[in-house]
Amino acid sequence: MSRTPVTKHDEGDGMTSLEMAPTDAGADGAAPLLEVRDLHVEFAVRDSVTKAVNGVNYSVSAGETLAVLGESGSGKSVTAQAIMGILDSPPGRIAKGEIFFQGQDILRLSEGERRKLRGAKMAMIFQDALSSLNPVLSVGFQLGEMFRVHQGMSRKDSKAKAIELMDRVRIPAAAQRVGDYPHQFSGGMRQRIMIAMALALEPDLIIADEPTTALDVTVQAQVMDLLAELQREYNMGLILITHDLGVVADVADKIAVMYAGRIVETAPVHELYKRPAHPYTKGLLESIPRLDHKGQELYAIKGLPPNLQAIPPGCAFNPRCAMAQDVCRTDVPPLVPVTELDGTELPGRHSACHFWKETIHG
Amino acid sequence: MGRYVVRRLGQLVVVVLGATMILFACLFVLPGDPVGQIAGSDKARDPAVIEQLHKQYGLDKPLVVQYGTYVGKLVTGDLGTDYTQSRPVTEILGPKLENTAKLAVAAIIIDIVIGISVGVLAAMRRYSIWDVSATFITTLAIGVPSIVLGMIMQRVFVIELDWFPLIAGDSFEGIILPAFTLAIIDAALVAQLARSTMLEVLRADYVKTAVAKGLPRRTVLTRHILRNSVIPVITYLGISFGGLLGGAIITETIFNWNGIGLALIQAIQQNNNPIIVGVVTIGVAVFVVLNLVVDLLYAALDPRIRLA
Repeated sequence: MSRTPVTKHDEGDGMTSLEMAPTDAGADGAAPLLEVRDLHVEFAVRDSVTKAVNGVNYSVSAGETLAVLGESGSGKSVTAQAIMGILDSPPGRIAKGEIFFQGQDILRLSEGERRKLRGAKMAMIFQDALSSLNPVLSVGFQLGEMFRVHQGMSRKDSKAKAIELMDRVRIPAAAQRVGDYPHQFSGGMRQRIMIAMALALEPDLIIADEPTTALDVTVQAQVMDLLAELQREYNMGLILITHDLGVVADVADKIAVMYAGRIVETAPVHELYKRPAHPYTKGLLESIPRLDHKGQELYAIKGLPPNLQAIPPGCAFNPRCAMAQDVCRTDVPPLVPVTELDGTELPGRHSACHFWKETIHG
Repeated sequence: MGRYVVRRLGQLVVVVLGATMILFACLFVLPGDPVGQIAGSDKARDPAVIEQLHKQYGLDKPLVVQYGTYVGKLVTGDLGTDYTQSRPVTEILGPKLENTAKLAVAAIIIDIVIGISVGVLAAMRRYSIWDVSATFITTLAIGVPSIVLGMIMQRVFVIELDWFPLIAGDSFEGIILPAFTLAIIDAALVAQLARSTMLEVLRADYVKTAVAKGLPRRTVLTRHILRNSVIPVITYLGISFGGLLGGAIITETIFNWNGIGLALIQAIQQNNNPIIVGVVTIGVAVFVVLNLVVDLLYAALDPRIRLA
């Protein structure tokens, strides 16, 4: 099924222009596993509306890893929660958009149907495993709950399954530890339990929201490797939400960079590192501390992320951008395909910058 | 665990000794002769009779010796003999303690049922008219002293409406008003506590995890939210139950409920020291034991708590 990209400009608040872009089907040309189209999410608290997600488009195919990169408040987690159907609602609400999962728009499903997808077909791994696991229930109980609720399995069988899962994510002495509580495990082991819980029913899509942020650097690599390995084995689609460019490089196939609730750049992972096509991405890459720059001041993108209740008109990044011109303060840049200077297409690359040419080639 | 319980029960001994020692000292410095009232009215008192009574109850001996005698008997489960009836204190207080326990159990059931359900509903419908009314009414309930509330209830439901008997007796209807009077402040506090802990738990990450796992709403609520919300409430209820068993003096007085609270008031009016000491001893022991039970329960409900 191929979809025709439509580009439409919404006048008005200047923030809702629909950019159609990274709907590229999987590498094999089949329909993607998940496709988010023009998603808008708002949080209405009293008189003010916080526009957390303002027209996000992305897709993930089976076996593919999409990294969603952005600062806190860029809307990456909110998008993920909208996909899972676990937004705090109210005050959160999906104002507009479609989320196609395995060919159907899941936003049109009933809450009961959504619930059956959660855990079974799509699962989520959270950042802080200590607070994300229930402190008063044993890990075996919490793992087994997946099988009991979704498959009606008995307590005894589900416990055996829990042990199997703990083995699968390489927790030593799983059979002895199945009755232990979350606080009795180390941070890395707890995150493995979160991964095991997400994998329990072999879902087709896994969303990992900063899965390694709360871990030690040495443990980060182990957990990330485990996640990547299991993803390959089960051929799952993986959305990896992170603000850590280091984590992304090793495991992701493609990257979507988010800023103020919009995607500002998409690219295959290594191309993004080599030649960013958006000033924000460029700034992010330059702000990674480097050993060969020792002694020099660390680079930081100046300014602060925008207040989501009052996103600047035009390009949301313009107040912080060194390249900003008048057009950036008035017109929202659409997410357009990025090409070589001679017009050769760069597959999978898009940028939402009026001056993408100057950024990538200049 | 066993060692922990033994150590805590050891603390019980220390607390009972400390409390009774202070009480003995206080009663000793109080004006008035403990046996004065039973010796007859002021003028008719015969010094020989008073001396005889002092001898009989050991009041002629120094305070330290009196206290020693009390402790010696306490070890064997004897709380001494009272002054007005010359009966063993345990025999007098036994049935009264049973009455107080009945009242306390009824009150704690009201606390649990009303307190927790109001708190949970208020938290689930936060800022709704139900939540706002619950906050208003519970705050009001906490502010009204039970003596005022008890008398109003008695006036309205017993005298005006005649729904309940004036003398409680042993009937089920009889216990309702005193139990409510006794329970209402704690029920309100439980409601507020349950509401705030539940609001905290509702925001917890593990609740989001439970939803993301695809658990039905009801399962998320009962297994993941309620259980974590009631843990602090149970602690509070356990401690307040100890307080209730220690004697609901005001409630028992208003409703003429024949419990140890009423016995204590009467004993104080009559300088009946053995009863006063007996009630305090029982109250302290019950309170300490219940605290231990609460701590054990807390550890059983929350695996993060280590007893040490």
